[in-house]
Amino acid sequence: MVWYIVRRFLQLIPVFLGATLLVYFLVFSLPGDATAAICGERGCTPAVVAGLREQYNLDQPFWIQYLLYLKGVLTFDLGTNFSGRPIATIIAEVFPTTAKLAIMALVIEAVFGIVFGLIAGLRKGRIFDSSVLVLSLIVIAVPIFVLGFLMQFLIGVKLQWTNPTVSGDATFTELLLPAVVLGLVSFAYVLRLTRTSIIENVNADYVRTATAKGLSRRRVVVVHVLRNSLIPVVTFLGADLGALMGGAIVTEGIFNVNGVGNTLYRAVLNGDGPMVVSIVTFLILIFCLANLLVDLLYAWLDPRIRYA
Amino acid sequence: MSHSISSEGGRRAARNDPAAPAASGDVRPLLELRDLAITFTTSNGDVPAVRNAHLTVMPGETVAIVGESGSGKSTTALAAIGLLPGNGRVSNGSIIFDGEDITHASEKRIIELRGSSIGMVPQDPMSNLNPVWKIGFQVKETLRANGLPSGPQDVAKVLSEAGLPDAASRANQYPHEFSGGMRQRALIAIGLSCRPRLLIADEPTSALDVTVQRQILDHLDTMTEELGTAVLLITHDLGLAAERAHKVIVMYKGQVVEAGPALELLTNPRHPYTQKLVASAPSIASRRIESAKKAGVETDDLLAPAAAKGPSLDRVIEVEDLTKVFKIRGSWGKSTDFTAVDKVSFSIARGTTTAVVGESGSGKSTVAKMVLGLEGATSGSIRFDGVDITTLGRKQMFDFRRRVQPIFQDPYGSLDPMYNIYRTIEEPLRVHGVGDAKSREKKVRDLLDQVALPSSMMQRFPNELSGGQRQRVAIARALALDPEVVICDEAVSALDVLVQAQILNLLADLQANLGLSYLFITHDLAVVRQIADHVAVMEKGRLVEQGTTDEVFDNPKTAYTQALLAAIPGAGLVLPPEVA
Repeated sequence: MVWYIVRRFLQLIPVFLGATLLVYFLVFSLPGDATAAICGERGCTPAVVAGLREQYNLDQPFWIQYLLYLKGVLTFDLGTNFSGRPIATIIAEVFPTTAKLAIMALVIEAVFGIVFGLIAGLRKGRIFDSSVLVLSLIVIAVPIFVLGFLMQFLIGVKLQWTNPTVSGDATFTELLLPAVVLGLVSFAYVLRLTRTSIIENVNADYVRTATAKGLSRRRVVVVHVLRNSLIPVVTFLGADLGALMGGAIVTEGIFNVNGVGNTLYRAVLNGDGPMVVSIVTFLILIFCLANLLVDLLYAWLDPRIRYA
Repeated sequence: MSHSISSEGGRRAARNDPAAPAASGDVRPLLELRDLAITFTTSNGDVPAVRNAHLTVMPGETVAIVGESGSGKSTTALAAIGLLPGNGRVSNGSIIFDGEDITHASEKRIIELRGSSIGMVPQDPMSNLNPVWKIGFQVKETLRANGLPSGPQDVAKVLSEAGLPDAASRANQYPHEFSGGMRQRALIAIGLSCRPRLLIADEPTSALDVTVQRQILDHLDTMTEELGTAVLLITHDLGLAAERAHKVIVMYKGQVVEAGPALELLTNPRHPYTQKLVASAPSIASRRIESAKKAGVETDDLLAPAAAKGPSLDRVIEVEDLTKVFKIRGSWGKSTDFTAVDKVSFSIARGTTTAVVGESGSGKSTVAKMVLGLEGATSGSIRFDGVDITTLGRKQMFDFRRRVQPIFQDPYGSLDPMYNIYRTIEEPLRVHGVGDAKSREKKVRDLLDQVALPSSMMQRFPNELSGGQRQRVAIARALALDPEVVICDEAVSALDVLVQAQILNLLADLQANLGLSYLFITHDLAVVRQIADHVAVMEKGRLVEQGTTDEVFDNPKTAYTQALLAAIPGAGLVLPPEVA
């Protein structure tokens, strides 16, 4: 088991190298002069441009730039963005908000998805099941920005139950609405996945045996049906956690959340190379760690899986 | 016609003792089903699964329900503890447990009865334990749900009673760390843990190897006898039922067609279905041959025609020192060798049947795969007509495949569901470029005729056919290329006894007509006795004994073969040959 975890961490190295190289190359190939964005409309004197070029190693060939960047990362120095702020500080500033949002969305989609999926699965073919299935289909079919704007308008603007946008503090109540919107689509998937899995397991032989042992219906469902059914659901939730941590560009945009997604979006618009590469690399690492977490959780849920 | 029956063994004798609880008249029956009818609601309307089922189990008595799959035997038994699947319901009649009508009892009442009053041992030990919980936990929750002490020592006690060695530490393992036999012991432990007065045992051993089967059934017998538990035993094997039960109930198409004391039913079956069942149950047929031999009767007419042929010296297949080593991946990237087949040598004389027998894991199927050329051999040789097939090139292999054809176990899995029957049988002809479309169609018609299927079946799909019909299609496909050797890998194991008998007869007829040679891979010695000329017994990859069928059955030399033979159900029965 320990060996397995060590091996998984070792696997992060090529992933890290490959990802940074690829992203660095893409940013490098962007058309236009990166210094133009820094200088703004009035432009800079040639001397200043040359200075900037030297500061950000833009005068070096691609490989040297990349290696210098790597050297920085390995010495825990992500460098500064084009506005001169340290990138590490920016990530440390915006990531907590995104993490909070992601975890809230994950909890919402997991709790509601599993509970609704369980009830629908146990009552297969009845009215609750059918209506929930139709609803989830609608949620999946409608684009996220439509749902986002719709809920912002109804709940935030019309009913005024909460602020339509999120302030710099990003409090729990402010984040609730964006978290619901963010979790909505995955909620529909979790629901469907749980439902299918429950239907499959509820007729399993060991469930019948558990019933024959004299267990109460409740215990049979919770201990024998639900736990077994959660195995595929957990896989999905884990992958989703990685995706959510990466910040949802659309949702964060709609609700003006100062999170990773928004920051990345602005960096791309500004052609801020160092910033884009650092954030994307950070996200890749988060994603890999989330996946590792899922695999470990998986082994805990299903003892037949043993990693060696 | 004499009906002299003798029984062997004290246990059997005790069970037939007229003083057994079954016979005492004033005792109230423990379980009584009266005119029970069970209906399943499907999208095509209501389907009656059981009609007018009547049965009585007295306290401490063992009653067996015998029937083929789909006869309603399991459904009847499951109804007694309210375990019908969601779309099933009792549509008529009543279920009376210990004087109480529980036909429409509340969910709460049924839950009270389950476990503590009526226990269950299910059929398939592989799927009946929850894979994600430890064995101990699954025992413990049973004890706790029924209000019994459920400490670790109580769990260990229950498990060790069921014959699980080293129970205290075994309780901490998961089901996948148990063998099939051990799992079934755990299930028996669960079923009996709360000392129910009635145990429903639904084919408790049909998924296990014969020798394990026997141990488990013996243990179950001893335990229920000690505890005074009544047993409702569901089985498809009449021999097993007769050996284990006081009373046998035969079900056919949802109805009880015959009921009575076990031996009486065997010796004097009245209903035509029971008569057919008695005549074709392999375990009984096998015993019959034996009994006949003891009585000095000429047995040739009892055997399938193929088995009665004289020896032939022409060897169509010769296997020498065949070895197969698999690499098993271990931890830290190391791999260990596992020898699945270890220096196996045998040969098949042309026009005869050689059976390779063994338990699961003995390597018999690996031998079949290697002879078919589907799996490469690690060392040794397989000579077909004098040519070693382990060294053949692609082209020669293609030609070889034409002459050696397989029939597999599962007729549900071995036919392509998207191919209709015509295409299924015609495919090998097309692949090998035999004839034109017209001659191929004629060939398919002939083949269907040979396996006694109407040619109207050509346009049907496998899911429209019964298990026996599918296996006939598989045989027709195997014969399409006029092979010389047919390899039957458990070809009749998945079939009901009556169908099994028909297929065995068909195979024997085809052998007589076409001069085929069979390599018959099976775990079922009872089948071997009926069809094979030669027997090779495999244990853990090695060939431990071989000889003619008579030699091996009459004079088993190794302890392993003796154990296998003793494990054929019905070992305690001695039937005079004229009886059946």
